[in-house]
Amino acid sequence: MELFNNLIFGFSVALTLQNLMYCFIGVLLGTLIGVLPGIGPLATIAMLLPITFNVPPVAALIMLAGIYYGAQYGGSTTAILVNLPGETSAVVTCMDGYQMARQGRAGPALAIAAIGSFFAGTVCTLIIALFGPPLAEMALKFGAPEYFSLMLMGLVAAAVLAGDNMTKSLAMVVVGLLLGIVGTDVNSGMARYSFGFPELTDGIGFIVIAVGVFAIGEIISNLGDPEERKVFTNKVTGLMPTKEDLKVSFWPIVRGTSIGAFLGVLPGTGPAIASFSSYMLEKKVAKDPSRFGKGAIEGVAGPESANNADAQCKFIPTLTLGIPASAVMALMLGALTIQGIAPGPQVMTQKPDLFWGLVASMWIGNAMLVILNLPLIGLWVSLLKVPYRLLFPAIMAFSCIGIYSVNNSAFEVYLAAIFGLVGLVWMKLEMPPAPMLLGFVLGPLMEENLRRALLISRGDPTVFVTRPISLGFIIATVLILVIMVLPGIRARRAAITG
Amino acid sequence: MKFDWRYNRDFFAGLLYILTGAVAMFIARDYPFGSALRMGPGYFPTVLGGIMVAFGVAVLIMGIRNNEKIKGHLSIRALIVLPIATVVFGILMEHVGFIPALAALVPISAAAGREFKWTEAILLTIGLIILSLAIFIWGLGLPYPLIKGLWDY
Repeated sequence: MELFNNLIFGFSVALTLQNLMYCFIGVLLGTLIGVLPGIGPLATIAMLLPITFNVPPVAALIMLAGIYYGAQYGGSTTAILVNLPGETSAVVTCMDGYQMARQGRAGPALAIAAIGSFFAGTVCTLIIALFGPPLAEMALKFGAPEYFSLMLMGLVAAAVLAGDNMTKSLAMVVVGLLLGIVGTDVNSGMARYSFGFPELTDGIGFIVIAVGVFAIGEIISNLGDPEERKVFTNKVTGLMPTKEDLKVSFWPIVRGTSIGAFLGVLPGTGPAIASFSSYMLEKKVAKDPSRFGKGAIEGVAGPESANNADAQCKFIPTLTLGIPASAVMALMLGALTIQGIAPGPQVMTQKPDLFWGLVASMWIGNAMLVILNLPLIGLWVSLLKVPYRLLFPAIMAFSCIGIYSVNNSAFEVYLAAIFGLVGLVWMKLEMPPAPMLLGFVLGPLMEENLRRALLISRGDPTVFVTRPISLGFIIATVLILVIMVLPGIRARRAAITG
Repeated sequence: MKFDWRYNRDFFAGLLYILTGAVAMFIARDYPFGSALRMGPGYFPTVLGGIMVAFGVAVLIMGIRNNEKIKGHLSIRALIVLPIATVVFGILMEHVGFIPALAALVPISAAAGREFKWTEAILLTIGLIILSLAIFIWGLGLPYPLIKGLWDY
């Protein structure tokens, strides 16, 4: 019953006119950038973070979350219609979705993607509502050693599972941790790595790094390697899937949702991994696997449910533990910090309106997406024709205004230009910038908890392995590393001996 | 395969990590290190710097072994023009106002692309200025002078 009361409370928050409006803006923007290649949710949320200053925290989070899951929808629309994944998570959808479109079944493909996503969204809203509170309650009992170990596990898992190259991803986490040190040390009041700039004694702004790397750096990189876009549109006729379509899609949607929800809670696994796993599973359980890649509706239903479930369940560790499971989630935590709310398990008890309002808004947002997307498909597709040369100056304008507005500081704008260049170097050398952002967000918290833990234990580092919960996290961290390293060693041995 | 450092992706990535870690450790020498019990402000950065260098060495060795090259192209034009546009925006925003800052930022940024057209850039600038005024100044009420001295909002 408590669950229902909580959800009703959440809806009462999410259904206010203001919050509904921000939810709508969020999903609309999300769909827009999901459709447009070359700009993803990460850059958009980074760009819009400063604006959320002037908005109440609940509304800000609702809008940013809307951008995030809205982008998953938009990405699949273009994947189906023009064989162009707007987002990486929609790559899998291209395989069968585009084939369906070529056979004149674009309508059912789009509809089943929307229905699957909506189903996944509904289930995940319930999952968050069910598991969020007990998780947060458990986390409230954590002491400094547990927190340190948990953050260590989160960072390692995120770095290891997300990138192709484990060493470089982990190294980027350390880069982020180092960047997080810049500023005044809380314990001693000493300014560290400020290079004599008084502006740096407050630390590097989260937005400066995020916008510098993911907006400015990304644009420079994109201009070097222009994307080829073949835009041609088929007429979409007959949206409704047949009864047969719905029957065939039911179990793939359920399976996809389960996979996505499970992977979603783990740090580091992006929606792309979820949708890919779901596709592989559907292919395996299908009676006639040869249909896949030739327009099998299961190949759209499963992955589309999975990526939406994943995207939404990523909020569980973020909101209940304060541990971001992906770079976008790091931005969400950044948005909380900007609003003066310390992320962590106490958010749920101290700001119940924020947590429950956000959860309820996700369901509303998903409903809006279904209503918004299906009739407006023609509009979205025509947006594909907006050339990048008009798009990137606009991104530059919004990014620069955004950075300046945080502290009314031109210095931060200059700093963002530098991070744009640094980000470009990182991208060119394939040093993944996303794990850096996670390290940057968690860095100060980690140092604080490390110091506190060792202070409690009187300098004895075994404190991390003698407390059972902390030990559990440490063991999990080691396991993740071992599992990821092992196949590498085996492959190398095979290469040498074979 | 013979090792070739030119355009060697991981070789340079490794060097960059080593440099980052070494600089971090070097600067942290000035911060009291403390002990594990009472960590000084230098403890965490020094340890992280050390880890960074270790990762750097690993990546560098990886580069020597795999000889992977840096992929894709680089637009030198964008590399120079976009940071300049950003800095010009900062200067104008501070000293001259919101509209001139955007009036400089948008066309300079647009010039970073290869398909730059004057008429298009001017139209885009006007459009984006109006849009930004609507969103940021009138909508969100950010308190910036539109043109300093002439049109203070």
